Amino acid sequence: MSALQVDELTVRYGRMTAVDRVSLQVAPGSVTGVVGGSGSGKSTLGRAVVGLAPVSGGRILVDGADAKSLRHRGAHPVQLVFQNPYASLDPRMTIGASVAEALPRMPGPQRRDEAARYLDLVDVDPAYLTRTPDTLSGGQRQRVALARALAARPRVLIADEITSALDVSVQGAVLNLLRRLQREAGFAMLFISHDLAVVRYLCDRIAVLDEGRLVESGPADEVLRDPQHETTRTLLASIPARPAVPGGQEAAA
Amino acid sequence: MRHRLGRTLRTPVGLAAAVAVVFLVLVAVFGPMLLGARADAVDTDAINQNPGPGHLLGTDALGRDIAARVVVATRLSLELALGAAAIGVTGGVLLGVAPALVGRRLGRLLTAAVGILVAFPSLLFVLFLATIFGVGARGAMLAIGLALVPPMARLVQNLTASVAGSDYVAAARVLGVGRWRMMTRHLLPNVAEPCVLFAATATAGSLVAFAGLSFLGLGVQQPEYDWGRLLNEQLNRVYVNPLAALAPGAAVVVTGLMLALVGETLAQAGGRRAAGAVPKSGRASGTVTASRNIATDVDTLVEVRDLTVGFGVGRAAVRGVSFRIARGEAVGLVGESGSGKSLTALALADLLPVTATAAAGMMVVPKAGTETAVVFQDPMTSLNPALRVGRQLAEVAEVHRRATRRQAWRSAVERLAAVGIPTAERRARQRPHEYSGGMRQRAMIGMGLMGTPRLIIADEPTTALDVTVQRQVLDLLAQARRDSGAALLMISHDLGVVAQVCDRVLVMYAGVIVEELPVADLFTGARHPYTRALAHAVPTMSTDLEAELATIPGRPPQPGERIEGCPFAPRCASAEDRCRTEAPPTERRDDGEGSVACWFPVAARKEAIG
Amino acid sequence: MSLTAAVRASEGARTALRHHPWAAFVLRRTGRLAVSLFVLVTASFAMIHLIPGDPVRAALGPSADPGLVAAQRHALGLDEALPVQYVHFLGQLFTGRLGDSISNQMPVSEVIADRLPNTLLIAVPAFCLIMLLAIPIGMGAAVFTRDGRRRRAELGFAAVTGVVSAVPEFLLAVGLVAVFAVAWPILPVASQDGPLSYVLPVLSLTIVPAAALARIVRVEALRVLGEDYMRTARAKRLPARLRYLRHALPNLLTASLTVGGLLFTSLIAGTVLVESVFAWPGLGSTIVQAITAHDYPLVQGAVLVFGLGALLITFLVDVVVAAADPQSTIRGN
Repeated sequence: MSALQVDELTVRYGRMTAVDRVSLQVAPGSVTGVVGGSGSGKSTLGRAVVGLAPVSGGRILVDGADAKSLRHRGAHPVQLVFQNPYASLDPRMTIGASVAEALPRMPGPQRRDEAARYLDLVDVDPAYLTRTPDTLSGGQRQRVALARALAARPRVLIADEITSALDVSVQGAVLNLLRRLQREAGFAMLFISHDLAVVRYLCDRIAVLDEGRLVESGPADEVLRDPQHETTRTLLASIPARPAVPGGQEAAA
Repeated sequence: MRHRLGRTLRTPVGLAAAVAVVFLVLVAVFGPMLLGARADAVDTDAINQNPGPGHLLGTDALGRDIAARVVVATRLSLELALGAAAIGVTGGVLLGVAPALVGRRLGRLLTAAVGILVAFPSLLFVLFLATIFGVGARGAMLAIGLALVPPMARLVQNLTASVAGSDYVAAARVLGVGRWRMMTRHLLPNVAEPCVLFAATATAGSLVAFAGLSFLGLGVQQPEYDWGRLLNEQLNRVYVNPLAALAPGAAVVVTGLMLALVGETLAQAGGRRAAGAVPKSGRASGTVTASRNIATDVDTLVEVRDLTVGFGVGRAAVRGVSFRIARGEAVGLVGESGSGKSLTALALADLLPVTATAAAGMMVVPKAGTETAVVFQDPMTSLNPALRVGRQLAEVAEVHRRATRRQAWRSAVERLAAVGIPTAERRARQRPHEYSGGMRQRAMIGMGLMGTPRLIIADEPTTALDVTVQRQVLDLLAQARRDSGAALLMISHDLGVVAQVCDRVLVMYAGVIVEELPVADLFTGARHPYTRALAHAVPTMSTDLEAELATIPGRPPQPGERIEGCPFAPRCASAEDRCRTEAPPTERRDDGEGSVACWFPVAARKEAIG
Repeated sequence: MSLTAAVRASEGARTALRHHPWAAFVLRRTGRLAVSLFVLVTASFAMIHLIPGDPVRAALGPSADPGLVAAQRHALGLDEALPVQYVHFLGQLFTGRLGDSISNQMPVSEVIADRLPNTLLIAVPAFCLIMLLAIPIGMGAAVFTRDGRRRRAELGFAAVTGVVSAVPEFLLAVGLVAVFAVAWPILPVASQDGPLSYVLPVLSLTIVPAAALARIVRVEALRVLGEDYMRTARAKRLPARLRYLRHALPNLLTASLTVGGLLFTSLIAGTVLVESVFAWPGLGSTIVQAITAHDYPLVQGAVLVFGLGALLITFLVDVVVAAADPQSTIRGN
């Protein structure tokens, strides 16, 4: 049984079909990367899974159960970490309160300790509990957002372009942290990105979206070594060639 | 907010507002107690007197002292204004947050209803309601209060809608936060400030509206009186005793200004909002004070020595940068945000903000405008949305080459075609919003090619673009360089992009160039620990999947931060005492292929170990 | 027309709309205008029924002859069932009749036709003056004080326009009268008497909104001057004249026009008070007199005309702005 199973998911905004009958699965403890250009529907797919986009067709199953039926008990079993850490934390709330909001019901002092524990988990000084987000750097904010998502004890985590708003020198640290946590805690993850190199580093499987449709999917190394679909090839070709890897340039030709 | 309010109260505006509030309260409370009897005392011996020693502003038709009446009227005028504002704000907030609380369909209906109501002028609203409620103070208060509801509701709706669309509310929804808690914890705290500001404005507005209604005879009725009523009574004597008519009017204006001041103070205490209201310093003029000397040799196109750019005293963002670019060479300038790379580029293009102060020991650059082309990061905002694209290209030729309108247009179409815009003839007549992002960036490049560029400065030209068109734009830049023989200075945070286009790379950190190296060495042969770390912080298609990514602890220093020794020392794994106290000089590499500013460059250390 | 043809036609229209966002916007906006008009008409019909007590009794006074009251009720159609009255009211509207005034028995439409031109004669020149003053002044102030230079001039501009825009029009009118007709009598005050008599009413309507608009234009101009495309214009080394007139002004106009439209509707309201100060025989002073005299048919008519004017102007402004700046307006809606 898959941790996350998306069946024929369709999302429409008015006449525009953002996600068109997409099916994919994430096995327990594994990471599936969703790649595509802007407007490919990859972010909408992530938002639809957690109930933030209107689903006009298809099903979403979490551990085999319909996501909608699991909703009633507090936090969604799938949690989302947003792209922009400057917008995803309430500016009026201390980061402690933000993380605590994700925790299940428990007495006050214990709640505080739990929130501190999650901050510690993502390498943020627990002394920052009482700070507001505006005193934190982008990388720290993204860690806090990650802590908040994990505090809800999700079955599946969705990471939506979580490093694209960060400075180059802190991207690596966030990716390392995410990979470490995922391997230690063993949660399933849907990793959305436009960057194939990052996806290659983190993911077991890759799904390629184009104009809302799933055009290719498979084990990461296979898809990258032998791309079948034109879109995948274009994405591969658009990675700036580095002197050490001339492969990208050949693919473009 | 509370401690910020305290701080704001100590500013001149805040102090004035506090004094104003205290003054208004004192007059409203003690005015009627002290002067009430005098204001109501009918004196048939002193009817319609002009200002004099006994009566400062004269007397009215019943011989009552007008000055006293103006003071006493303060209480009623304020009460009515506050009452109306309270009705308006309460109703507006309730109607404004309702769409977020009730179901989607009902919410949409409420939003539409408010949208229609705000289209009517508010005075028309007031007159309509005053007709229904009848003439009198209470009816007028209801009318003015209800007329305030639609604009207030619109404001609250817009604010809550924008907060409700934010990522943090989405995150809370995914966490299963209930509607009520969402309202009290997330929505209301984030819309409170502008609402408070609007409430102050609404109070001032209803004060004026009341004065108007009473003046028309539709508001307060005798024997009660507010400022508007006094004005109404004295207007026909304006020729005889203008002061008596002007005094209540002045009271309305002064009180209105005081309330505006209070609103201003609250907005300032709100902090973030006040900061947003201050216009961002535009990119106007701001020229580098430098001797634009002649280049040292004929091959040199750009030569910069000791360029510094700063904001205010001691806040240097670029701290002594020197480099040269040869004719036709492609140079990359990489660094993180805040490293000063974009300011360096702007200084070169003579486009620094006027708030920046810049100086250089030497600065040789091709002529701005015709010989230097600039391509900016965001093609969505860099083209003028009101003008046709062709026109924006053509005007370069008109201004700098004195071409006729027709010639200029023709060469604009040619350039658009040359940068790969299909059906250029038709496209030239379109405005930028009809172009895709990639096409706009092509048009920007075409615009730069309208002159005879010897230098193309491209500031993060692909960052705002979709991954799939990045490559095309980079290829186009390379082609433009080949065709025109121009040199290229490419600013980017993405080493991959720079590696693809450039021959030589300058690495900036905290306002200085820490390393200069040939592009072939960027990923494998860098000497500076920062360049090394930067090259390995982001995975590539050949990154070892089992190893952790190289990370750089800490964060880069903020522009203007005091820096001692090597700026990278606090984050550098191999930093020693010397690095923290003494800034390393820039030294040429042994092979002459580059230079590095580091006490312990990587390759040198390897040799020492080996 | 066959069903398939109809379907095809409607689909054709839909595709056409998809390709012409402006046309789609105008269509949506027309729909909103229609709903607003319906609200306006219904509200003015309902007004007379919302008044507590008997409106006719209120108009004619408590001592009026019961027979007269009954006759008046009949004349107003108030003795019929509500839906009948509504249909009758709508029917009258379509033929341009608005009933008769209670106080002077003249047809309301005639009273309005008589007074409305006088209002427009001061409102339209005032509107033109406001635009002609506020846009150059606001833009000039922005250019002059941009990037935080000339702090003192900036503060002075903010203080003067701030204080002036806080003065209600009718108080300014009283002040102008006190200065130019009493202390220094060079201009006539009351009623229409040659071109000079227009000066004070028009000025009273102009100065306050012009100050308010100049403030807004300045802020807008500063925003435009800080836009990336103005930096592009600088990078092209265009002369200052071209940068401001060709690149900044068009972008400024769309924003100013939106505010200008709102301003014009509030100007209609401003006339109500200013006309009362100058005893100007316009629609504004008429509506005030009608309210005081409980002349409900006349109030109804005046409210309809004012409301209609406001709705049409905002509609026109929206449509024009959408044509000039399709991207921001249409997406924003």
